[in-house]
Amino acid sequence: MVISAWLSMLLPESLNKMVDIGSTLDRVPSLLLSAPQEAGAASFQPTLPFLILLFPLLGALVNGLGAFLWRENKVIPSLLGPGALIAAFVVSVFNFIGMRTVDLHGPEIVSLWTWIESGDLRIGIDLQFDQLSMLMCLIVTGVGSLIHIYSVGYMRSDPAYSRYFSYLNLFVFFMLVLVLGSSFPLMFVGWEGVGLCSYLLIGFWYENRDYSNAGKKAFIINRIGDVGFLVAMFLLFVAFGTLDMVSILDAAPQQLTHGGGLVTGVTLLLFLGCTGKSAQIPLYTWLPDAMAGPTPVSALIHAATMVTAGVYLIARTSVLFALSPITQIVVATVGGATALLAATIAIQQYDIKKVLAYSTISQLGYMFLAVGVGAFTAGVFHLMTHAFFKALLFLGAGAVIHTVHEAWSGNDHHGDPNDMRNHGGLKAFMPKTWAFMWIGTLAIAGVFPLAGFFSKDEIIWSVGASGYSVLWVVALLTAILTAVYMTRLMVMAFHGQNRTFGHAGTEKAKRHLHEAPIVMWLPLAVLAALSLMGGWVNVPEALPLPHIAWFHHWLEPVFAPARTVAAEYGVHLAHTAPIGGGEALWAGLSTLLAVTAVAVTLRIQASKNVPLESEATALTGFARVLHDKWYVDEFYDRLIVSPSRALWRGCWKIVDSRLIDGAVNGLGHLMRLLGWVGGQLQSGRVTTYLLVFMVGALLVLSVL
Amino acid sequence: MNELVGLVALDTQGMIAVFVSAILFAVGVLGVLLRRNAIVVFMCIELMLTAGNIALVAFSRLHGVEGQILVFFVMAVAAAEAAVGLAIIIAIFRHYEVVDLDRFGILKW
Repeated sequence: MVISAWLSMLLPESLNKMVDIGSTLDRVPSLLLSAPQEAGAASFQPTLPFLILLFPLLGALVNGLGAFLWRENKVIPSLLGPGALIAAFVVSVFNFIGMRTVDLHGPEIVSLWTWIESGDLRIGIDLQFDQLSMLMCLIVTGVGSLIHIYSVGYMRSDPAYSRYFSYLNLFVFFMLVLVLGSSFPLMFVGWEGVGLCSYLLIGFWYENRDYSNAGKKAFIINRIGDVGFLVAMFLLFVAFGTLDMVSILDAAPQQLTHGGGLVTGVTLLLFLGCTGKSAQIPLYTWLPDAMAGPTPVSALIHAATMVTAGVYLIARTSVLFALSPITQIVVATVGGATALLAATIAIQQYDIKKVLAYSTISQLGYMFLAVGVGAFTAGVFHLMTHAFFKALLFLGAGAVIHTVHEAWSGNDHHGDPNDMRNHGGLKAFMPKTWAFMWIGTLAIAGVFPLAGFFSKDEIIWSVGASGYSVLWVVALLTAILTAVYMTRLMVMAFHGQNRTFGHAGTEKAKRHLHEAPIVMWLPLAVLAALSLMGGWVNVPEALPLPHIAWFHHWLEPVFAPARTVAAEYGVHLAHTAPIGGGEALWAGLSTLLAVTAVAVTLRIQASKNVPLESEATALTGFARVLHDKWYVDEFYDRLIVSPSRALWRGCWKIVDSRLIDGAVNGLGHLMRLLGWVGGQLQSGRVTTYLLVFMVGALLVLSVL
Repeated sequence: MNELVGLVALDTQGMIAVFVSAILFAVGVLGVLLRRNAIVVFMCIELMLTAGNIALVAFSRLHGVEGQILVFFVMAVAAAEAAVGLAIIIAIFRHYEVVDLDRFGILKW
């Protein structure tokens, strides 16, 4: 009775729609086959939308409970953790299919309940369903599900298994809140939530001081960006009197002046938030340290959740960004600079996860480059394909680390299982992982016809066509660097001689190194398939290929307002690149460049003799600068961390210890002094008392 | 003012009695303040009480018998007080083997 009352309160309309699920099921085959634009379709009715959020939340709660109640039980978390995500994915797919059948021009809002109501301000727990949030839902829950399944294998011997899945589910839940929230505060809840979960998961092995510090670093750096988001939110509230996204974005083109101070300020502040969450200059340094968490967590942070939040935020508020050319230039420049910087660092890293981490930063730079030049669709497209191949690469790296770690743990051999100098020749032992990883590598390098080719090429082309010639060159250069560092990773980890047990440990290696279990390589296979084919949803017209514009059409309604604004203010795209040549020519050239880079690196790297981790000599010259990440961390340490440490230390020593403690303790000392003086009056001698008594009596009498 | 009026209204014998009472009281006060022997201090307190009694009797010449009745009350209370006081002094003496008030400073916190 109580439960049903609660449910009806929570989900007033949705309960009635339970009946609809059956009818949707019946319609599935016809829906799948039918054309997206069915004539005269009614408005979109989300099917049980709250379940998308409820499943991961319930998974997190039950697993969290399990961390206390059935700590040793691994079956329940193994079923619940991935199960919650798969269920959410299934609901998302239903809604996606439902959305395909209708012609949706604005977000469909599902109001669950009112969160804050004060005067004119009403902030509801409202979910918005449109093409962008639906796509993000599919990526988050789909790729998230695969990562969850993989985690069952990767984390199986971890004592905190249930806690792990609890955090993981919570992470996905908050990401979905971020994506689906239809007001800025609700989005901010998700925004903060993923920050919290990243802290929890990066510091998952909190017994290790470095790891828990890495978690803190991620959280604190994210907080800096969050301030930007918050202030932008306040400004928007002052300007619009509401925090509802749909109303703000609808009203923005009329209410805000193009290039005006307000919109520039708001977008710059929002972008500050993005640089924190999506690891761009200047706030990117947390991401490489985030490798302290378990590898599937890195995959989740880098592919499906968290870092894509910034790109999503800009795509979501694309109208505001289109209204502010200055911010767009800033975004594009920062994106390009980050892409190049991170790619150069990735070239000289030995930690397999660090290479991938910098690769993520670099690819995120691409996405910001895209949204910066106004190619929002291209940015989101790259977000999607990147989710596929980066999840694939991370999980593949996880398989390698897992295998090396397991091989060592029984042999009393110590070292860093992440270090590629301890890998080598793994192709022979892990052929499936090797094959999948190569697919991921070629995809991220932008080799035709894999997913990365289409998305990256569209970004590079958009940048060139928008007239940013410097950034265009940077993007091309970064594409080559991407191919180089990924090939280097592949060769060091999988080709040549095995170095896991030293140079002479081949026999031991044969006995102990083996392919990852099926629960781990199956998600890899799915992701590899997606990386192979994920690009074919959006084939540009210019290429001599069947023209598929599904992705563009799908996102068209979301970015139409931004496009209108851009067209109004005379932003136009050229038909040639800055130095001539059409789209088809440059697409061919860039894939040729990528293939050449892969081939050349393969040759050079294969001929190199990689030293063991234990025998490695320090790098010299420019390679050392790259290996030490351009000393950005040290620079921040000098510029910000140390001075602020000194400042707060001073505050502690002087303000806190002297002033505040002095005042408090001083008051205590004063009271003791007064008490002592009072105590002296009480000598204990009867005669003194009598004298005082008499004097007092005389005084009283004299007054009378 | 009223007291002065009362004093003037007294006859010579009454006057003498009041002055004796005053002197006696002053001696008692000084004795309490200056002497260190608890027994002597105690005796001085009795002196002060007696001085009070004499004053009461003296003024009862003017105001009737109530003053004299009050004297008996004072004597009764003084007797009880003497019993308690002497008992305390004896207890102190048993403990410290002196009855010197300067050596006896425990009437404090």
